[in-house]
Amino acid sequence: MPTTPAPAQDRSTVRSLLRLWPYVRPVRARLATAASVAIAASLVGLVIPLVLKWMVDGPVAGRDPAGVWLGALFLLLLGVAEALLFGLRRWLVARPLSHVEARMRAELYGHLQRLPVAFHDRWASGQLLSRGTTDLMLLRIFFAFPMTFLLVNGVTILVGVVIMLVQDWVLGLVVLGAALPVMVTCMVFERKYAEVARLAQDQVGDLTTVVEESVLGIRIVKGFGRHRSQARAFRKLAGTLRGTELRKARLLAAIWAVIVTLPELAVGAALVAGAVRVADGTLSAGTLVAFLSTALALRWPVESIGFLLALSQEAATATDRYFEVMDARPEEETAGTAGAAGTAGTAGAAGTAGTGGAAKPPSGPAPPGAGLRFEAVRFRFPDAPPGSPPLLDHVDLHVRPGESLALVGATGSGKTTLTALVPRLHEVTAGRITLDGRDITALPRAELRALVAVAFEEPTLFSASVGENVLMGAGDEASPDALDRALSVAHAGFVHELPEGTATQVGEQGLSLSGGQRQRLALARAVVGRPRFLVLDDPLSALDVHTEAAVEAALREVLADTTALIVAHRPSTVLLADRVALLSGGRIAAVGTHHELLRTHAEYAHLMSGREEPGDHEEGTRR
Amino acid sequence: MTAPATTAPEGKPAGDAPPDAPADDGFDRDVLPSPPGATAALLRSLLAPMRARVGCAALVLLLQQAAVQAGPLLVAYAIDRAVPALRAHDTGPLVAVATGYLLCALAAGGLQYAFIALSARVNQDVLLDLRGRIFRHAQALSVDFHERYTSGRLISRSTTDVESLRELLSEGLQELITVLLSFVWISAMLLWLDLGLGAVAVASFVPLYALIRSYRRRARRVYAKRSTTIAAVIVKFVETLNGIRPVRAFRREAANDAGFAVLNGRHERVNGDALLEMARYVTGSRLVANTAVAGIVLWGGYRVADGTLALGVLAAAVLYLRRLYDPIDRLGMFLNSYESAAASLQKIAGLLAQTPSVPEPARPRELPALEGEHPGREVVFEDVRFGYRTGGEVLPRFGLTIPAGQTVAVVGSTGAGKSTLAKLLARFYDPSGGRVLLDGTDLRDLAVPELRRGVVMVTQEAFLFSGTVAENIAIGRPDASREEIERAAKALGAHDFIAALPDGYDTDVRRRGGRISAGQRQLVAFARALLADPAVLILDEATSSLDIPGERDVQRAMATVLRGRTAVVIAHRLSTVEIADRVLVMEHGRIVEDGTPAELVAGRGRFAELHRTWRDSLA
Repeated sequence: MPTTPAPAQDRSTVRSLLRLWPYVRPVRARLATAASVAIAASLVGLVIPLVLKWMVDGPVAGRDPAGVWLGALFLLLLGVAEALLFGLRRWLVARPLSHVEARMRAELYGHLQRLPVAFHDRWASGQLLSRGTTDLMLLRIFFAFPMTFLLVNGVTILVGVVIMLVQDWVLGLVVLGAALPVMVTCMVFERKYAEVARLAQDQVGDLTTVVEESVLGIRIVKGFGRHRSQARAFRKLAGTLRGTELRKARLLAAIWAVIVTLPELAVGAALVAGAVRVADGTLSAGTLVAFLSTALALRWPVESIGFLLALSQEAATATDRYFEVMDARPEEETAGTAGAAGTAGTAGAAGTAGTGGAAKPPSGPAPPGAGLRFEAVRFRFPDAPPGSPPLLDHVDLHVRPGESLALVGATGSGKTTLTALVPRLHEVTAGRITLDGRDITALPRAELRALVAVAFEEPTLFSASVGENVLMGAGDEASPDALDRALSVAHAGFVHELPEGTATQVGEQGLSLSGGQRQRLALARAVVGRPRFLVLDDPLSALDVHTEAAVEAALREVLADTTALIVAHRPSTVLLADRVALLSGGRIAAVGTHHELLRTHAEYAHLMSGREEPGDHEEGTRR
Repeated sequence: MTAPATTAPEGKPAGDAPPDAPADDGFDRDVLPSPPGATAALLRSLLAPMRARVGCAALVLLLQQAAVQAGPLLVAYAIDRAVPALRAHDTGPLVAVATGYLLCALAAGGLQYAFIALSARVNQDVLLDLRGRIFRHAQALSVDFHERYTSGRLISRSTTDVESLRELLSEGLQELITVLLSFVWISAMLLWLDLGLGAVAVASFVPLYALIRSYRRRARRVYAKRSTTIAAVIVKFVETLNGIRPVRAFRREAANDAGFAVLNGRHERVNGDALLEMARYVTGSRLVANTAVAGIVLWGGYRVADGTLALGVLAAAVLYLRRLYDPIDRLGMFLNSYESAAASLQKIAGLLAQTPSVPEPARPRELPALEGEHPGREVVFEDVRFGYRTGGEVLPRFGLTIPAGQTVAVVGSTGAGKSTLAKLLARFYDPSGGRVLLDGTDLRDLAVPELRRGVVMVTQEAFLFSGTVAENIAIGRPDASREEIERAAKALGAHDFIAALPDGYDTDVRRRGGRISAGQRQLVAFARALLADPAVLILDEATSSLDIPGERDVQRAMATVLRGRTAVVIAHRLSTVEIADRVLVMEHGRIVEDGTPAELVAGRGRFAELHRTWRDSLA
């Protein structure tokens, strides 16, 4: 399983957590108030015993009923104040903390949507998802407890230590002596725990990935009867996670053991030393009792430091994981080549010769370089191993305005990648692509993607109504007529027979449709906005012959005045287009009409008819 | 990354679906019905095997608490005995105190370590068990369940919902035991010190109890809602991640942000509600506790003034009182994680209560031994009827016999029932009437391994799992050697592209340079099927993304591979039909034409027409 590599170890918990500041900033006033309230509450808590002591020593011992009433009233007031302060603190932070978590999640989601497609190719979605869920929950817990209580308990301990030193500095030093080793242990612990915590969180991400894949690939798992081996693989991974969690628990147990034992030993030492000094008469019994009760009162704040640190540590790891994604750079709006619009294209380079005659000339004189043009386009995946040949080496291609061009090539030749370059789902490595003479890198992405409509080979529908899914391809001004027209082009009349017509919910949370049905909706989505440029990736592969013919007939009309690039595997799809280009070896090997190429180009003929290329052996055996 | 292909049977919606929406069975609201008490039963069944170890952990904690609580007693002993003894030059008691304290400190620390290590083991084993149960159960549930439940919810069940149980177990157990122990111990001490004061303290438990009850009721509601809202957030998250290309191309980012904001905001609100419930509880319980302290001090003070109570007793009682109410917050935290875990467990129990609509047989039967050397088996559809949940009968009384070794091509328009036929044969669904027989054995009587030796289906959605290319092919037969895997790939013409990948067969499909095109994915899916070596092979649109030479290669391989095997090939492209011995044309769930390809082409029926259209398209 791909465990996302843990970052270098020279990280610091504090530095990681400080990165959360921008998110905390808007609620800082609330949090600061809440922290002050918490400190106040804890000070009130310290005052209550003093009042008790005063009552016992004063009015009660002096049998003064009025004093008892006064004391009890005072005690009640303090108690009510303490309770209200406790509630106030929680009330202050409840909404802001949920808001911080929600905001971080929304930003993660928004950021993920804008990260390059190449990023998503690399990251398992389970890993990304676990960052948006469990990691953010850890952060909310951190904001709610450790962040406040490390401060509150720190102050409480400090005040307590001062009180102890004031009461008797020798005993105070004895107790303080235990603090040093505790701190050292905590620091050592922090480093080790961080590593294991990170490992555990990554393993949770891997586990999430397996769960997700086992659901998305359920038909394959079922089709091959592999659910047991799938469960075994899951169990193995879950077992690894269990091992990591147990290591985490052992570290935690060790720190707890130290945190429980050392202060206890210190108190014991103070007790013995104190007892000796009381026997000597250099210390009063009352002071010893007061001292020890203060020391005992500090037990909880000291003990809590262990789990507060552990939570902070996990929060720091969660922060690192969160920012690993947030630090990835989203698609940049425009490359440095802005302003290259209008560069004189080498008009006619692609050759006007041999057009099948079907190409519609654009209305009015076309500017040079109009249409969709690839110029010396070179592409290699940014994460491809160095030294590997680029997928697209040198693509020169011109789709004239209003023309539709079919793109043909062997499986894996880079056709889909080439089409993904037009809406800039991937960026060209070298060379450029122009739309009507404007470099696509000079166009704002939103504008570019509004100009170019795409239908993908994998027709994904979103959880929305059929109508909404189709109208995604159009601007906001789209009319119901446009929807009807697009549906009829895609021959998707079946939607009117759905339970709620075009309002029927589809997608992951709705009615599931067959591959052919989804493909037709995806096609309708591509044509609904009457785009200037259309990129269709094998748009009819899942349709049966009859439907395909009907869709083709309708599509021809749409294509008449659209500049289109159509990836095709079949002659029928190729015939939709005015011309064909053959992609081979990372270059455009030939351009022409279907019939021309069929006659003159052996590789093309092979791809389109299955006839053997010259030099191959005789046709394969048939049954 | 492959989009979640929710390929439904064709025609399911296109058929005569009922005008009204399907009955609300909890799916849409993410509340699956579970029998009453299922949640508690689930928790019990998870903890039952751990009984001994939980008991052991509780004992360790008990001893640990004893060691911790011994401190004040030792202080009292030191002051009352050791100091006077010391004055009398007797160091014995002081040495005893020192030794006692040392032992207690070491015991407290050591037992603390033991408890955490022990309870972590219990927790992790419970979680491992639960994760495994969810996963196995989800895998056992049938395809139609998954089409409705969505992957996001399932992920939510096995991540965030399991996580809340983890919180309960890792912190809750200790909290609960500590709280209960100190309640009992301190109440006993108070009653022993002074019956009256103790009674007042115990009486304060009544309002506290009422508070806890009301808190639990309200918290349960909030947490149930929270679990649902986070699942909705996850569903949206997953859908976007899996459809990132169209999201980009159609500039859905802003609209998605808005949609996500609604779901996220809903979760934020419920989350805030949960925190506020906690705030209310803490305030209330503190008020009760502090009022009780003030009341006891007032009454106690009067009684000391009266002389009916010793001063020392009052002081001790007050000190204990402070400690009595200290764990109330921690009880709140426990209740918090308990309710959160209960809400999650309820959802998990609902999932686990779902029964597979395609159950495994209680008494599985074996397929008869193959006669002769051919691997094929006979397939019979006997009066099969089938309709989907959304209504409409896709196959009304369907009969078909495919002799062993025959390759049958099924053609017909979208919605004719071709895929339904395939899915019934692959037993993704069970027929609502009639039987599907493999060599005379009902598919429902076959255990999964036996069934998959019999029937394997390759669909057009070629999903790749994380892992290497070789591992993905080996899904067909996990014990296959590398040589066999390569042989399968070579037979299909997939070897060349795989060998050209950065690490060849060991290329991780998600790692650097591991991108694989749709056509190549289909080849991998085919290689899986080849490797699985089944008696009956179903190909449902399995070559739709291949180019023509690729399809030729596959067909050539199939011609060899299918020899003697029974095969059902569903294709829109009639090129596939050429390898078939027999062609079935389907229409509205019925077979309207049946014959050899040559016969049908020569005839005047639909197939002849289809074939002409197809020929023309090749021109």
